[in-house]
Amino acid sequence: MSPVVIITIISLSSIGIVSALILYFIAQKFKVFEDPRIDKVEEALPSANCGGCGFPGCRNFAEACVKADDLSNLHCPVGGNDTMSSVASILGMDAVAQVKKIAVLRCNGACEYRPNTNIYEGADNCTVAANLYGGDTGCEFGCLGLGECVEVCDFDALYMDEKTGMPVVVEDNCTACNACVEVCPKDLFELRKQGPKGRRIYIACRNEDKGGIAKKACAVACIGCSKCVKECPHDAITIENFLAFIHDDKCKLCRKCVPVCPTNAILETNFPPRKPKPEIKKEPVVDLKQSIVAEGKVNEPEAKNNSNKETSDNN
Amino acid sequence: MLKTFSKGGIHPPENKFSVDKAIEVLPLPQKVSIPIAQHIGAPATPVVNKNDEVKTGQIIAKSAGFVSTNIHSSVSGKVVKIDKIVESSGYKKTSVVIEVKGDEWVETIDRSLDLKKEITIEQSDIINKILDAGIVGLGGATFPSHVKLSVPKGKKAEILIINGVECEPYLTSDHRLMLEKGEEVLVGTKILMKALGVTKAIIGIENNKKDAIEHLISLSKEYDGIEVNALKVKYPQGGEKQLIQALINREVPSGGLPIDVGAVVHNVGTAYAVYEAVQKNKPLFERVVTVTGDSIQKTSNFIARIGTPVSELIEAAGGKPDDTGKIVSGGPMMGKALNSLDAPVTKGTSGILLFPENKAHRKETKPCIRCAKCVSVCPMGLEPFLLMTLTQKRLFDKVEKENALDCIECGSCSYTCPADRPLLDYIRLGKSNVSQIIRSRNKK
Repeated sequence: MSPVVIITIISLSSIGIVSALILYFIAQKFKVFEDPRIDKVEEALPSANCGGCGFPGCRNFAEACVKADDLSNLHCPVGGNDTMSSVASILGMDAVAQVKKIAVLRCNGACEYRPNTNIYEGADNCTVAANLYGGDTGCEFGCLGLGECVEVCDFDALYMDEKTGMPVVVEDNCTACNACVEVCPKDLFELRKQGPKGRRIYIACRNEDKGGIAKKACAVACIGCSKCVKECPHDAITIENFLAFIHDDKCKLCRKCVPVCPTNAILETNFPPRKPKPEIKKEPVVDLKQSIVAEGKVNEPEAKNNSNKETSDNN
Repeated sequence: MLKTFSKGGIHPPENKFSVDKAIEVLPLPQKVSIPIAQHIGAPATPVVNKNDEVKTGQIIAKSAGFVSTNIHSSVSGKVVKIDKIVESSGYKKTSVVIEVKGDEWVETIDRSLDLKKEITIEQSDIINKILDAGIVGLGGATFPSHVKLSVPKGKKAEILIINGVECEPYLTSDHRLMLEKGEEVLVGTKILMKALGVTKAIIGIENNKKDAIEHLISLSKEYDGIEVNALKVKYPQGGEKQLIQALINREVPSGGLPIDVGAVVHNVGTAYAVYEAVQKNKPLFERVVTVTGDSIQKTSNFIARIGTPVSELIEAAGGKPDDTGKIVSGGPMMGKALNSLDAPVTKGTSGILLFPENKAHRKETKPCIRCAKCVSVCPMGLEPFLLMTLTQKRLFDKVEKENALDCIECGSCSYTCPADRPLLDYIRLGKSNVSQIIRSRNKK
């Protein structure tokens, strides 16, 4: 072997050894201690990185869990109570059970109830449309039907119903991650208690106009008549700005408010059909309820309707 | 070689049909509804009650903050209600509805049409007078004028620029104003110069208004320090940053205001309103509105009272043609489509534009072909295609880094896009998100 080769081998290997030593000591010096429990907690989480817990991702949530003294303010809506109890067992803390919530759409203004007053031709994006104008119907509070909520849903829990032009929540898939609540420019989504057997009663309207104006714009708008407030035996309903709201912590799901609503703005989901009573008239609301009951069963997302463009006068 | 701004710009067809129509006074409507938020900034606070009798020019809502202004009754009559009324956007905004009875003006207003050249007002009183009269930028942005005239400490105004560009196609209200009220506009300019303490003013007018340029040049000989400059026709020359660059070759820095380069820009309409407020004691309750369109019978320029329903203007211009597909408030480039014909004329309504059905609709959006036309026409040197993509992907920190807030929303990018992409729609969305992020960051 020529001396050149030997010199090369020796010099390169000594450079390698010296660098390795430097790297080793630097790594020791600047070592960051990370609680090994963080990795374990992260593994127990669903890794959806949806942000539903209020943290930017599952890792940040895991860090917060490890740092926290108790888990009462921390909840992973996607994993639910099962995940939280396994997180609690890793950390040796007690899990605090939280009520399972679900997103509900507080607008029922399908095309048949809410006639179009103009045509929208702009970008297919609810926020763009909401910044521009009040919407393509007479109701400035209602669903714009451009499906931004469907786009942001990471769990396939929303799809656009082509017939009504409005999004539908797929009950089995919804994890209450809050993404749709945050994105909707009209604040139409609300996280409510899922309820026993998925039974919920809520007011599917956000219209804060006076009764007459609301009714003119949409046949199923809440007109603020306060009949439901009088009917409710549990004081669960309040009215503000001509709009009723059912508080789900007080509501006992007695269904008394539903038949008294003159505009059928109160929706009930997953209840068994009512026994026909002679004094209560059969109302067209039955159709509505059936479509709501169907929510949980339909799983196939449908293509959204893109036939909307900028405002224009159409009269 | 005529001056113009250097970056970007487009040449849409001018279609100024109503250019030779003299300004007519629109008959008084039966009822007006006057929104309390017609300007940028805080909505004014109503100071009248239901069933009050008001006179024309009486104050009905007071300025609520520095960036805000007064609102005056545009008619005499009885306040029928103060309620949320649908305005041009389709949202309901608080408005004062007045039923018209006769036309009795507040006594202090000088109703004579004589020209009053002599400026007797003290410099310090001018800004208050302008605030009292509720004057806002009449070019369309409706920024309260007294705010622009209050030069912040440490800055100095060197030059006043009067914007007579009217670069929007179809609109002719400023053009007619310069022709018919040229002398008043010049006196108004003098008053604005006095308020700012500057000795030089330039009126910039695009070269498609040769008669107005000649008229103002001949009149301006009597007024020291006022210069009239013709400009090459190019949209959006009426943007203040573009106009400053075209006239005095200074570039307003990113995120800055014209005062940073020593300039203050006002519209000719504003100059006229200032003349009326200072010399005639008349608050801003009427303005010139162009009513035009391709198939409208009688294109016109009207002096309309604020709060007049748009439908009355269209009626006065011969009614709505059968083929109308879209009605726009403002110009075709920056105006907004109207939701309802009951919407009132506000301080920012420079025109009502009726598009026939075949011109009314947007074309189908196609994929971006990377031609970079939007980049080359952007007068602010932005990359619209990139801003749109970043906004769609909700990467708002990058949208901010790409200077989205510099966008003046002129619409040149959307106009020029061969794939008909809604570039400006998404840039606006990006801008509103970025400003929200900045606000919450500043709070911390």
